Amino acid sequence: MDLLREIASSLETGDDERAAERTRAALAAGVAPRVVLDEGLVRGMEAVGARFKAHEIFLPDVLLAAKAMIAGVEILKPLLEGEGMPSRGKVVIGTVKGDLHDIGKNLVGVLLRGAGFDVVDLGRDVPPERFVEAAEREGARVIGMSALLTTTMPAMARVVGLVRERGLGGSVRTIVGGAPVSADFAREIGADDYGYDAANAVERVAALVAR
Amino acid sequence: MRPLLRLLEDDLVGRILAEARDVLLRVGVEVHNPRVLALLADHGAKVDRASSRAFLRGDLIDRAVASAPKGFRLHDVEGRETHDLSGRKVHFTPGSAAIRVLDGRTGESRKPATADCIEHAKVVAALPHIHAAATAIVPSDVAEGISDSYRLYLSLLHCRKPVVTGAFSIESFAVMRDLLVAVRGSGSALAERPLAVFSCCPTSPLRWSEVTSQNLVDCARASIPTELISMPLSGFMAPVTLVGTLVQHTAETLSGYVIAQLASPGAPVLYGGSPAAFDLRFETTPMGAVETQMIDCAYHEIGKSLGLPTQAYIGLSDSKRLDAQAGLESSMGATLAALAGINSVSGPGMLDFESCQSLEKLVVDHEICGFALRLARGIEPRDDFPAAPLFEELLREGHLLVAKHTRRHLRAEHCVPGPAIDRANLSRWREEGALSLGERASREVEKHIRAWTPPPLAAEVRREMTRLMEAEARRAGMGRLPWRDE
Repeated sequence: MDLLREIASSLETGDDERAAERTRAALAAGVAPRVVLDEGLVRGMEAVGARFKAHEIFLPDVLLAAKAMIAGVEILKPLLEGEGMPSRGKVVIGTVKGDLHDIGKNLVGVLLRGAGFDVVDLGRDVPPERFVEAAEREGARVIGMSALLTTTMPAMARVVGLVRERGLGGSVRTIVGGAPVSADFAREIGADDYGYDAANAVERVAALVAR
Repeated sequence: MRPLLRLLEDDLVGRILAEARDVLLRVGVEVHNPRVLALLADHGAKVDRASSRAFLRGDLIDRAVASAPKGFRLHDVEGRETHDLSGRKVHFTPGSAAIRVLDGRTGESRKPATADCIEHAKVVAALPHIHAAATAIVPSDVAEGISDSYRLYLSLLHCRKPVVTGAFSIESFAVMRDLLVAVRGSGSALAERPLAVFSCCPTSPLRWSEVTSQNLVDCARASIPTELISMPLSGFMAPVTLVGTLVQHTAETLSGYVIAQLASPGAPVLYGGSPAAFDLRFETTPMGAVETQMIDCAYHEIGKSLGLPTQAYIGLSDSKRLDAQAGLESSMGATLAALAGINSVSGPGMLDFESCQSLEKLVVDHEICGFALRLARGIEPRDDFPAAPLFEELLREGHLLVAKHTRRHLRAEHCVPGPAIDRANLSRWREEGALSLGERASREVEKHIRAWTPPPLAAEVRREMTRLMEAEARRAGMGRLPWRDE
């Protein structure tokens, strides 16, 4: 219907006020919250993601779409609590010990939230134990680690090792990223996956939780 | 400010012009066309009919330069303005009249046919930095006598952009003009909103053939714009020095202005050319040579010193493949042309000394043109002062990715190439297939051809064009055309 299309298009134009307003209008018109979420907000975000992947739009467009998505989700949240929050899962993210570079990690956080994940952002210079403790405490499905320096990359291996030591390997997946990190490195340290940029990290996390 | 390339001191421009005028007065120009010789004689030029030579006095040249428009506009098939050929405004158009194509599907350099002309027009239609179409390919599957008009017919029916073209014979001009008139509705509408530019080429040294001089006169009388394509070859058919070549180019080009303006004062003419530094090892005319490109930019300065709109064949490559040489020669030419402010730049897509068009190269060149156009726009402040508030926002938010300032200026401030130019990180590049430049360009070509839609020409206009083209084919002894608009 038109209202759902308008919600989706408000994401494509990055208009968070309109996304919220159209979400309220759809609810007032009697559309079920789950339908507003799935056929309005999620569909809009998928369209934005596809255009970004096809090099048609820029990162700011994706970030603004994510912001608009969150504006809509905030309205739907209380209505959907009974049937379980519209979360695709919880993800713990952080920049590893010794590394103060958090731009890439922040970007991943915004995009993950926009894609419907619950994000626990531990910040930067995060010791390995904190990643694992947070994942256990929060019931997270994925730990995402970022590093910009080759000297801090080994900390990623320690997190992966801790996840194994504590027997969480079955329930908590690990993913790594950052400029010096590669798919080969991820394999070497036994991480479950690697994202080559922020948008790709979201795709990979989605695939990890779907496994 | 707009960055501007200058190669000649003002004094040198003046001296070259003075020497060229002296050459036209004392040496003269050969015109192998009695009607044009008579026209020149009627207006006071001294003419030696035995040697077909006309000697042009300074006042004839001054009058021609004075009556020539200092700029003019082009319009697409719908009549919408696409070009303002004046000042330092830069427009790109594919290099013209290739006798071969580099087939992107087979890698073979071969003779072109109708399908190549159609695909070329379809790809040009999709490329925003290529402002005009060109009858860039000479089809080999029609009678020679219609290979000029037929490629114009194909371009107009497959691409809405105005066309840089040219007639190969005196007879062809009429049907080419009629095709243009058919699109516009009348000759006066065509004069008001020009749809094509015809190349008219003197022959170096200092000579006009019957065909090209007649084309120049016929175009001028029909108010169809022309570009004068003087082609001195340094060290062979022109002095080896760049200044000497410029004197010859200036003389040949000014002689074209005199002919066009005597035929019809006020006729729109581009001060153009396709000179080259002749390579005395390979006996070739390298368009990618730095000296060729310097001559181009320098004669453009001479044209601009007279206030005239300019054109050049620059931004081409002599490579036989879409390789590093193709990229570097085309980039250098397009960049210099943009910095100089040449109004109509003919080059994209062209390889092998102006003889081979490649759709893949056209797609890559299009991205080069985007860079060059961006460079020409220069650096200007945009909501940048006072600077402190934006930096406060940056520190507060941690980034400026979604800042209003970013969103307002991103698209105008940055020319984003792709997908031919690769900017993915190594992992993404691998994941997306580890494609080479040629492979990425091929995908673009196929995408544009698939997405093509025909220009909005009324059915009766298309029928009239086909009627004209079929009559012309019969005149040339061809029963049927390889392609006709259905």
